[in-house]
Amino acid sequence: MNRIDSMFAELKKQNKKALITFITAGDPDFDTTEQLVLEIERQGANLIELGVPFSDPIAEGPTIQEASLRSLQGGTTLEGIFELVKKLRTKTEIPLALMMYINTVYRFGVERFFALCQETGIDAVIVPDLPFEEHDEIDACAYAHGVYPINLVAPTSKDRIAAIAANSKGFLYCVSSTGVTGVRNSFETDFDRFFDTIKQHVRIPYCVGFGISSPEQVKKMKTYSDGVIVGSAIVRIIGQEKKNSVASVGLFVKSLRNALDDI
Amino acid sequence: MNTKVGRFGEFGGQYVPETVMNAVHELERAYDFYKNDPQFQKELTDLYHNYAGRPSMLYYAEKMTKDLGGAKIYIKREDLNHTGSHKINNVLGQALLAKKMGKKRLIAETGAGQHGVATATVAALFGMECEVYMGEEDMERQALNVYRMNLLGAKVTGVKSGTRTLKDAVNEAMRDWTANIENTYYLIGSAMGPHPYPTMVRDFQKIIGEETKRQLEAMEHKLPDCVVACVGGGSNAIGMFYDFIPNETVRLVGAEAAGHGVGTALHAATMAKGSKGIFHGMKSLFLQNEEGQIDSVYSISAGLDYPGIGPEHAHLHTSKRAEYVSITDEEAVCAFEYLSRMEGIIPAIESAHAVAAARKIAPTMQQNEIMVICLSGRGDKDVYQVARYRGVNIHE
Repeated sequence: MNRIDSMFAELKKQNKKALITFITAGDPDFDTTEQLVLEIERQGANLIELGVPFSDPIAEGPTIQEASLRSLQGGTTLEGIFELVKKLRTKTEIPLALMMYINTVYRFGVERFFALCQETGIDAVIVPDLPFEEHDEIDACAYAHGVYPINLVAPTSKDRIAAIAANSKGFLYCVSSTGVTGVRNSFETDFDRFFDTIKQHVRIPYCVGFGISSPEQVKKMKTYSDGVIVGSAIVRIIGQEKKNSVASVGLFVKSLRNALDDI
Repeated sequence: MNTKVGRFGEFGGQYVPETVMNAVHELERAYDFYKNDPQFQKELTDLYHNYAGRPSMLYYAEKMTKDLGGAKIYIKREDLNHTGSHKINNVLGQALLAKKMGKKRLIAETGAGQHGVATATVAALFGMECEVYMGEEDMERQALNVYRMNLLGAKVTGVKSGTRTLKDAVNEAMRDWTANIENTYYLIGSAMGPHPYPTMVRDFQKIIGEETKRQLEAMEHKLPDCVVACVGGGSNAIGMFYDFIPNETVRLVGAEAAGHGVGTALHAATMAKGSKGIFHGMKSLFLQNEEGQIDSVYSISAGLDYPGIGPEHAHLHTSKRAEYVSITDEEAVCAFEYLSRMEGIIPAIESAHAVAAARKIAPTMQQNEIMVICLSGRGDKDVYQVARYRGVNIHE
């Protein structure tokens, strides 16, 4: 069974929601990423997305663009990330997803990539520049190796939501608003309408991300979904404190967990 | 829903974030409707004739023909279009489409600034808001075009990220589009990006080849034996090639930018050195490393300084219907000077790559054969940079 399914089943029993966090692998180095993953888990996250750095991350705002650049400048490679995952899997069973651009998978070789995902213990991949219509680039291979290719829906998806939902596994990634990743002070999306449509069609857990950066926003967004995804706000702390960011990130994740659990 | 659209062989596709997928589909539907709408075509033809100055001249380059001693050389004068390049053909088409779709804001990326200028021009004509993304490196290289865009009422936003050139301008324009999808039309300047752009841009540019065929028929009563055009993303080349693709006797030659040479790290020769990848919305050929990180590319020409190529060219290349040659900075600058002195025509440094290729190929052809060079733009914008390349410092 995929770790993501077990995680959501367990949370459902406990009547809790999922906290999903994003960090860029290798920012600023693999040792820090390893410590961050373990600390983030300890402070209550349920799934961790590891960003695979890309030279041209068109779906990212400045915060994650800079993290991507720092990681690449440190010499991060995909093989290095798989080594890190292998090492992490001796210490933790938290669900892990790779968030990456399609060119990285394509160039690495789709079969070779998913075989390594399975071997090292990656549970899902999220590819923001691979829309539903092009998902056959990876889907068959991903499923054959027990890895979930996570689909995204956006407020602009409208009548596409039904078809996307019907073909999704693990969880559905709901993009909170138009635009790239990054901290937002407010949202213009009509969430009632967006999540009404999602509720009608989606039979798997759905989580909301893009721009969620504070415990207050977590409190608001959790009412709509089975979980919240926080990325740039964490990456920003790592960008400021680099190797010394583990404790601060831990405190921040704890505050998000508390907001999610109404503590 | 799960059908493959916009493919050229294995290339093309729609690799864009979910947020813009409905916009891409809306554009696809609008284009499918308007391309067959007589009223739309009538308005566009009117703009081509009365605003852009089409048809562009097909000029017999007699001195150059004699000098090279091979094929009879004609030059398709896209440099004489309003705004000084072929870019206006596509911009008029897409901006008219945007207007029909009710969009109020145009955004564009630009390398050399020619597409930015064309977009700013038509935005002024149609009374639309316009923002152009341009790499900061290119803003320095093409300061004249930056001023020109501002003069036309457009906002030019410098892009600081990455290599600060065309690739990064496309990234930033795509990010803007994702954020402002409801009111904004992304006017892509080359035959690249997600479907329907490569097809649509080609359709708006194919008038170059169609006119050439008609004009040559009137003058020579035959097809050309060879057509030559420069390729960055590849819009003027696909515009010139497209109508000749079924005419298998016509040799199609694209000239890409070899910078300091394809054997160095400083070039933009996607066909010579690229590999299959998926980037900027399309599956095509790209300059990239083993990890799939997109390479920094280099060319003296800001308009050819791009690490990929439109998907239809990738298909013409792999199916061997067209051939692609690499031209260095030095060869392009020599061709820039050559055409200026030989014919009194100063070509854009991009188009000078096509002239350089023609100088190599024409002497190998017979005197009863015909070559057409697509002169995609005029070279006023490049004079300062070529002077600097030659060690001449022009003071303002």
